[in-house]
Amino acid sequence: MQNPQSTEYAIETKSLFIFYGSFAAVSEVNIKVEKQKITAIIGPSGCGKSTLLRAFNRMNDFVPSSYVTGEIRLHGQNLYSSNIDPVEVRRKIGMVFQKPNPFPKSIYENIAWGARINGFKGNMDELVEQSLRGAALWDEVKDNLQKSAYELSGGQQQRLCIARTIAIQPEIILMDEPASALDPISTLRIEELMQELKKNYTIIIVTHNMQQAARVSDYTAMMMINDQRSGTVIEFDDTKKLFTIPKDKRTEDYVTGRFG
Amino acid sequence: MNPREDHYPEGESFRQSLSRRYRTASIWQLLFLSALVIAIVSLAALLYNVIDGAVGYVAYEYKNDPAEFTPKPLDDLNQQELLDILKDNLSAGAYKKLNNEKPMEKRSKDDLYTLTLERLIQIDTKQTWSMTESLLRGAEIRAEVAEKYPKAKLEFRSWLKPVFLTTPMSSKAEFAGVRTAILGSLWMVGIAILFALPIGTGAAIYLQEYADKNFINRVIQTNINNLAGVPSIVYGMLGLAIFVRALEPLTSGSLFGVTDSNGRTIFSAGLTMGVLVLPLIIINAQEAIKAVPDSLRQAAYGVGATKWQTVWHHVLPNAIAGILTGSILALSRALGETAPLIVVGASTFISLDPDGPFSKFTALPIQIYQWTTRAQSEFHAIAASAIIVLLVLLLTLNATAILLRNRFQRKY
Repeated sequence: MQNPQSTEYAIETKSLFIFYGSFAAVSEVNIKVEKQKITAIIGPSGCGKSTLLRAFNRMNDFVPSSYVTGEIRLHGQNLYSSNIDPVEVRRKIGMVFQKPNPFPKSIYENIAWGARINGFKGNMDELVEQSLRGAALWDEVKDNLQKSAYELSGGQQQRLCIARTIAIQPEIILMDEPASALDPISTLRIEELMQELKKNYTIIIVTHNMQQAARVSDYTAMMMINDQRSGTVIEFDDTKKLFTIPKDKRTEDYVTGRFG
Repeated sequence: MNPREDHYPEGESFRQSLSRRYRTASIWQLLFLSALVIAIVSLAALLYNVIDGAVGYVAYEYKNDPAEFTPKPLDDLNQQELLDILKDNLSAGAYKKLNNEKPMEKRSKDDLYTLTLERLIQIDTKQTWSMTESLLRGAEIRAEVAEKYPKAKLEFRSWLKPVFLTTPMSSKAEFAGVRTAILGSLWMVGIAILFALPIGTGAAIYLQEYADKNFINRVIQTNINNLAGVPSIVYGMLGLAIFVRALEPLTSGSLFGVTDSNGRTIFSAGLTMGVLVLPLIIINAQEAIKAVPDSLRQAAYGVGATKWQTVWHHVLPNAIAGILTGSILALSRALGETAPLIVVGASTFISLDPDGPFSKFTALPIQIYQWTTRAQSEFHAIAASAIIVLLVLLLTLNATAILLRNRFQRKY
C-alpha cells in the first residue's frame, strides 16, 4: 500500500479509526498521500469515503459523539493531538463540498471574507483576482464582482467555492464529490481546473464516478465495507495500476462494474 | 385462478366503494369548511360589536348655559376670548393648577375650548345608543329624547376621533382620550424589547450553536417551551415580587436620584413584560437560527473560521429577519397583556404623560378594562373606541412583521 518512489508525503494516516459513538465508521486506514498529486477515494455508498475525507480537516468534529483514534500526520505532526487547534487545520487544509455553497454575499466578498478572518494583510483586490483566475472564473465574472454569488450558475458557484478555498492558500484541498451536482460540461471544467490546481496544491477527491477517478487522479484509494460493517481502504495504488491490474478481487469486481 | 379476484372489489362493487370513499371525504371537507366559517363569523361578530359600541347617537345637556359666560356663540370665540372666560370664571386654585400643568397662554384654541366645555359649561351626557340602534330606530330615539330630555341636544357621533388619540385621561368620558395610555404602552413594550431581544437572541444562539445535547440542556429547553405557556398573571406576581419589591431602588429610580416614585413604574412593567415574552423570543430565534442551512456553517468553517466568526458573520445575519419577525409578534402579545400590569400596579387614573422609565403609568388594556367596569354607557363607548385603537396598533405590528419577513427572506 505504499508509493515507494516518494519520500515526503502531504499527509499520512496511521491505523486511523473513525467512530460515531461506539460504531467504527472507518477502521484501520493507513495511506500516504503524495504532494501535488490528485488522490481519489472511491467505493460504494456508505463505505465511509466522505467520513475519511472530513477527518482530514477535522470537519467531523461537528458531529456530536464522533472521535478518532490513530493518527493523521501533516508534516509529521498529528492533526488530532491535543495541542492542535482544528481552526488551524482547516486553514491549511481547505475543503470544497458536494453541493456548491457560496456565502449569500457578493462574489468579491465570498473570497475576501475567508482572507479577512484569517488576517490577510496584502492587497485584497489582487487576491480576489488571482484566486478567481486560479479557479478559471475571472473572465466570466470580472465585470460583476459585486453581483450576488447566488446569481451564478451551479458550475460557476462551485468554481467560486474553489476560488474561495485557494484564496486562503491551503496546502491541501479536499473535494467531496465536487461535480456530482453539476452537468457534464461544468464537470469537465472542474476536472480541467483540478489538473491546473495540482501544480500548486495536493488534492484529495471523493467521487462516486469511477470514470472521473480514472480520468483525473494519479492515485486511487479503494474503500469497501468489511464484515463489521466498517469502511476500510482495501487497495491504494497508482490509478492506472488499480484500474488495469487490481490486486484485490473486490476492487476488480467494482472497477469493472460487476457490482456497485 | 386469479388471486386478485378474491381480495379486491372489482367492477360495480369497486365503483360503489369508491363513491363511499368520496362521500366520506366530502363530509370531512364540509366539517373543515364549517370550522372556518365559524371562525370568520366570530371574528366578524367581534369587530361588529366593537364598532357598534364606538359609534352612535348621544343625548347630552349643557349643565350651565353658555350664554352665562359669553354673548357670542361658543364656536366663534377666539383664543384670547376663551382664555379670558376661563380666567374670569374658574376658581383661582383650579386656574393655577391648570397653569402649572401647561401655561394657559401656550395652549391651543381647541385645548381651551375643550377646557371651557369641561370645566365651565359642563356637559352632562344623558344617554347613548349603539350604532345599530341609532341607524334602525333614529326617529324613535329623536322622539324619546324630545320627550324625556327637552333641553338635550342629540348628536350622531363617532367616539373615536383624532382628538381621542391626542387627549389625556379625564374623569368625563366626553373629554377622555388615550394619549397617556398609548404612550404608556409604547414605553412599556420599548423597555420590554430592549431587555428581551438581546437576552433572548443570546440564549437562542447559545442553545442552538453552543450547547451540547446533554440532559441538562434538554431540561432547559423543555422548560423554556413550558414557560411560554405559563399564565401571564404568574409573570405579574413575579414582576411584583422581583421588580416592584426586591429591586425597588433600581426600578423606582431612587438609585438615579428620582425621589417621587415607588417601584410601580413603567420600568418595572417593561421588565415584567420582557420576562413574559422572553421564552417566545428565544423559541422564535431558535427556529430562525435552525433555518440557516448547515452548508453555510460548513462553508465558513471550511475557510478556517472560528465558531464565533461563523455565528456572527453568517448565522446571525441570515437569521436576523426571522428573529425580528418573532420578536415583533412577541411584542404584540405584550401590548395586549392586561393581567400582569394589574398586579405590577398600573395606575387606573393618570392624566400626565409618562416622561421617563420611572414614571407612573397606564396602558391601553388597563384603560379599556377600567372603562368597561364603569356604569355609565358613555364609558363603554370610549372603551370600544380604545379597543379599536389597540387592534389597529396590533395589526400594524403584525403587518410590519410580515413585511419584514417577506423583505429579508433568503433562499439558499
